[in-house]
Order: sequence, then C-alpha cells, then structure tokens
Amino acid sequence: MDTAKNSVAFSGTPEQEAQLLEFIKEKKDDKGALMPILQKAQAIYGYLPIEVQKIISDNTGISLEKIYGVVTFYAQFSLYPKGEHTISVCLGTACYVKGSGEIFEKLQEMLGISDGECTEDGKFSLEACRCIGACGLAPVLTVGEDVYGRLTVEDIDHIIAKYA
Amino acid sequence: MKTLKELRTVRKMMEGELALRTHGNAHSKYEKHVLVCGGTGCTSSGSPKVIEKLEQEFEAKGLTDKIQIVKTGCFGLCELGPIMIVYPEGTFYSRVNIDEIPRIVDEHLIGGNPVKEFLYSETVEGDNIKALDETPFYSKQKRIALRNCGVINPEDINEYIGRDGYKALGEVLTEMTPEEVIQTILDSGLRGRGGAGFPTGMKWRLARTIVPDADIKYVCCNADEGDPGAFMDRSVLEGDPHVLIEAMTIAGYAIGASQGYVYVRAEYPIAVERLTIAIKQAREAGMLGNDIFGTGFNFDIDLRLGAGAFVCGEETALMTSIEGNRGEPRPRPPFPAEKGLYQKPSVLNNVETYANIPQIILNGAKWFASMGTEKSKGTKVFALGGKIHNTGLVEVPMGTTLREVIEEIGGGIPNGKKFKAAQTGGPSGGCIPAEHFDIPIDFDNLIGIGSMMGSGGLIVMDEDNCMVDIAKFFLEFTVDESCGKCSPCRIGTKRMYEILDKITKGKGTMEDLDKLEELCYHIKSNSLCGLGQTAPNPVLSTLRYFRDEYIAHVVEKRCPAGVCKDLLHFEVIKDKCFGCGLCARHCPADAITQTDYTAPGKKKPAYQIDKEKCIKCGACIGTCKFKAIINK
Repeated sequence: MDTAKNSVAFSGTPEQEAQLLEFIKEKKDDKGALMPILQKAQAIYGYLPIEVQKIISDNTGISLEKIYGVVTFYAQFSLYPKGEHTISVCLGTACYVKGSGEIFEKLQEMLGISDGECTEDGKFSLEACRCIGACGLAPVLTVGEDVYGRLTVEDIDHIIAKYA
Repeated sequence: MKTLKELRTVRKMMEGELALRTHGNAHSKYEKHVLVCGGTGCTSSGSPKVIEKLEQEFEAKGLTDKIQIVKTGCFGLCELGPIMIVYPEGTFYSRVNIDEIPRIVDEHLIGGNPVKEFLYSETVEGDNIKALDETPFYSKQKRIALRNCGVINPEDINEYIGRDGYKALGEVLTEMTPEEVIQTILDSGLRGRGGAGFPTGMKWRLARTIVPDADIKYVCCNADEGDPGAFMDRSVLEGDPHVLIEAMTIAGYAIGASQGYVYVRAEYPIAVERLTIAIKQAREAGMLGNDIFGTGFNFDIDLRLGAGAFVCGEETALMTSIEGNRGEPRPRPPFPAEKGLYQKPSVLNNVETYANIPQIILNGAKWFASMGTEKSKGTKVFALGGKIHNTGLVEVPMGTTLREVIEEIGGGIPNGKKFKAAQTGGPSGGCIPAEHFDIPIDFDNLIGIGSMMGSGGLIVMDEDNCMVDIAKFFLEFTVDESCGKCSPCRIGTKRMYEILDKITKGKGTMEDLDKLEELCYHIKSNSLCGLGQTAPNPVLSTLRYFRDEYIAHVVEKRCPAGVCKDLLHFEVIKDKCFGCGLCARHCPADAITQTDYTAPGKKKPAYQIDKEKCIKCGACIGTCKFKAIINK
C-alpha cells in the first residue's frame, strides 16, 4: 500500500489541530492511548500524514518512529488521503467464492487505480476489505456507508454512475 | 439496581413481557410485538427503512400503543433479510419490502390474517403456517450462545434481565467461591471457540494460581473476528452484548481481576455502538463498577478498537496491540496466564466462549457436558457462506455432521451444481471434500482430516471453484497479514504464493508441487505464532484431496473449473452458432470474426475466436444466447 499515489499536499486547519490536541490531552495518561489517538486523528483528518504524526509525537512524548511503526502496521491507518467516495470491495472468502475478485478487477480497470489508491480527480478511492460480515449478501461492496449486495460485474457501471 | 432483590423484581416484570415472544404465559403491555432484525446483514439489505415505514404506519393507524416494534440482533437467516417476525403468532416475513408493509399492517396486524405470500415459504404449507422452529433451518439447531439473538432488544438491559440476564453473576458473587466457578467451567468441558480449542477452565485456573501474589490481573475478550467469512462473534455483540459483560465479570471474579478489555474490530460499527450502550447501561445499573450487588467485588470493562490486523487474533499480539504497539506476537512461554497484558496475569477468551458461561453457571456443568462429543462439549456456531442456499448463522451441537449442516440446515447447493468442498477454519483451516461428509464435526475430528474448527466460518464451494485458486487466495491473504517478525512466515508464505501463482498461470512443474509441500512442513514447524504455523493448511489440504486439479494445471495446462484465466481457451462450437454476431460486437479485442462455414439447419455462417487476439475477458460467453461459446 506504500506505493499508492500521493499527490495532495497536507492542508490541515487550526480547528482540526485544536480538536486533536484536546483529545490527546484527555487520553494522554491512559494506558495504551496511542491507538485511540491515531484513530481519532484519522477521523479528524481522514488520513495520517507525517505532519499529523509529528503533532501526536510532540504532544505525547511518544517517538515519531514508534508512531510511524504503528501507523504502517495496521490496515485501517492510511498515510494518504482518501477520495470523496471510498469504494470497498469485500474479498472475504464467502464473497470471493461468489466472484468478488472479478468485481474488484472490473473496478480497477474502470477507475484506472489499484488497491489503496485514489483517482486523480479525488473522487474515488478503492480498497479491498476482509469481510464486513454481510456474507448473506455476497458478493458485497460498499461505497461510503451504502452497501450493495448480490452483485454481478454488470451492476458496477450503474453503481459508479450514481456517485460520479 | 444495587441488590439482587431489585434484579429479581425487574426480571419478574420483564418475563411476562417477553413471554409473548416465546409462547409462554404472557402479560405484556402490548397486544403484539413486531421484531425486525437490526444485525449487519439485514441492515445492509434495508431493515432500517422497514422500521421507519412501520413507525409511520403505526402512527397513521393509531397502533403505537398497541403494538411494540423491537429492533433485535441477528436471527441467523441472513439470506432472507430484511427479516420481520410478528408475535405472539411467530409468523416470519422474509425479504421484506417497504411497499409490502401497509398490507401487512392492514391485513395481519389489524385484521389478524397473516399475508401468506410475503411469509418465508418454508413456513407455509397449504393453509397452515408452521412455527419457525419447525423449519429445516431451525429444527436441528440448539441455541445457547445465540439464545437471545433475534429475541431481545440488545439496547435494553431490562430485556436481557428478563431472559435470566445477570442472574448467573448474582449466583456467582453470592453463592460460589472463585474456585467453584472455575471447577464448574472445567467440569463442563467448555473449550475455547476462537480456534485452538484450549479448555477454558484450565486457562482460568492458571491465571488464578500461577502467580499467587499478583496485585493486578486482566480479563480480555477477543472480538477482533479476523477470519474472513466468520461473523458469529459480531452477531453476539450486536444481538446480545450484555452476555459478554456478564461473562467477563464472572471471569474477573474467578481469576481475581478487576479490569476487563474488549478488543473489537473497528469494521463492526453496529457491534461497537451496541456494546458501548450496554457497558453504559451496566454501569448505571450497578452490574459494572464498585461493590457489585453489595458484595465488595469491583469490575469494569473498557473497549479497545482494533485497526485491521489479522495477526491480532493471536493472544500475545492482541495484548501487545491493546498496549498501543505494533501487534506482533512474542514467543510463549511465558503464557498470558503468567505474563499477559502489561506483564500481568491475564485471561483471553473469544466472544462465543464467553456467551456460553452464564448458561453453564445457571444450568450446571453436567447439562453442558451432556451435549456434544466425547472431547468437544456443547454447541458450535457456524457462519454458513458461499455456494449454499441458506447463508447465515447456525448453532448446532458438536458432533453434528457436515451433511446435516450443509444439506439439511443449509438447504444444499443452489443452481443444481455439485458440491466440491467445505472450507472451515478460514486462512488457518483446510478444504474438506465430499468423502468426509459424514464425519461428526468437533475440534479433534477436523484436525484429523487436515482442517480445523477455527472460529467457525464454513464456506461451501461447488464445481465452479478452482481449488488451486482458492489455495492461492488464502496465501495472498496470509502474505498480506503476516506481521513480518519471523522469517519462516514472512518469506516462506511469499515463496508459496509465488509457486501457486506460477501454477495458476500454467507455468508450474511437478517439482514445484514437491517444493510446495516441503515449504509447508518447514513453515508449519518453524513459525513463531499460530498464523504462520497454520498458514500452509489451505495448501496442504487441497494438495491432499484435490491433487488431480493441481496436476491438471501443471501437466495438462488446464483449469478444470474454468477459473484460472491464463489457462482458459474460448471457442465457438460452430455447429451451435446461429451467426448472429452478437459476440463479435461485444468483443473488446476484435478477436471474433465470421467464417465461411454455415452449420446444417442454420442460416448464417458461424463465427470463430482468434486465440492470439483473445484477452479471455469472457464477455462473449455472457452475450451468446445459444450457449455456442465455451471455455475449457
């Protein structure tokens, strides 16, 4: 995922920083606070660029290399900004045996991006996810909060058109 | 609610309310209860809109005081979502469409006549409507861990109390010593439902005794269900979150801990929300916090969200992650019972294991041990998925056969296809062929046939699934999820993936198969944690049962299931071709051209595919109405 495109410069606002600092202040002394802080930071900024990691390091005393190590370990944390709509294709086993692999390929082809990347216009990012637990609807994809199930490759054009 | 007496009062009151849903002696405030599934499956297929529509209708037709709408957890039959059940009749509406609601309200809820055409077809027999538990999907099930899922409102602690909730905790704190609690769990034969099947009571005893002077201990719950295709833990969290709180508190009393942590997947937003509500309610009601039931026992629970790392299902990795580090495992011993979270003695069980605890306390060890096989007691929840009619969640006694689960409960394979394999244990498990259909499912039998129980994902595959491709799929997962700490797993699984990739592209040799097997054994015996030690299982089990498929890929350069693209050849059967030209118009590579051969009885010349130009996209097959194009 580290090879993903990163064309957008960091543009955090003072309000975002204030929000993050307040959360850090509240949690700093809790045991194991780093993960909740990173989760909050990602919720505020949408991703965790080095600038945000530095803010966290400066205000918690946790070294930047440790923070970077944790950020890059977990799939949920992203070093790169996400698109306006995140398309997430379930590649869990139940969806895979029902053809979600083909759906993922079709989306990569259509959008011209691969796993973890964002289209140049910032509209869509694409990711493969491991099971959202809606196996009864397999194969499944989500666009933001919307869930689409029992899909075939032919449904994809129609779904993307709704958000384009 | 600070005393047991107050708990009893609430229970008495709620029992009459809930009896409406269990055919008992009801004295409910309402005439009817309408239960709508609010689990992830049904929510995804539109249950929130169903509830909204019902509320509008009730408002307009003056039913709000007469009929209660209850948003529950998972009923199990996710395939038929959104699901709605009307009590006291127990009629089961499936795939409910909001346009159907006004008719259901008018004819059934007001008129008293269920709308048969919208009911689950298995419950309709001529003029009769069968009870849900008489249908094949439910009749063979035995619900212990899932007993409240789809029965209660998970966001209301009183409904849980009405189903004997927190009664076991009361008994434990006032009538039993910690040692008696542990002995009961040990005698019940309960084994960990997270995968490895370690006896739960033994784990608790070690955590209680191994460091006699420990000042702090921890109780942890693994709710980071990482096995793709398994969703039983999520369903318990969504449908019955209080059972987890009660069980963890009992575990805290048994081992001498006062703090618990639930490590839950961030990908499960509904589960996180319900668990958060439940913890808040339990604190307010005095079931968590200081001096629980006035016994002097203190216990509290906090949530920690996972961040998407499969390896964090391993106990030492999970605890390292709660501490705020990279979730890498460490060598054992020392086991967590001695040095776990923050180096303190800790117990870790998964959600389904905990969900059994209060019932074992209430009904006794003997009751639990009377179910199941010799070495695997009680029940097991399976998440049925893949090529099967009734996808969803089922709970059956240990020892039920695969045939009963797949054919009777699961309703068999759709579209008249042939069963090929059942996959259990996710990326750590294996593929079970039809020849083992009648083996009773338990921990030891599954290991004996090269698979494992895992957390209970059960994915069915039919003749259209290629077993080499499936093995490659799991290895891709493992390569992705390997934490990188030890080299057998980090490098070994990558090498295995490369060999499998080569085979699916038609470039494999017979030596590759031997190399693959050798790698499997080295990785199994030398990896640091369970992830690496079990990663070769999907490959070993497919090599064992489906070797002929591997050989077809290697020797004949052919994929018998027609999945591996590089090995497919598309061909027009000229004698079936009507010459309509639809395929040629859809071909993105201009690989299809007309010939000068006209088949007998056809009016136009047939088409043919240029193998050099063909990109094997499969578009032509989809367009041909005469099934004249095949891949082989």
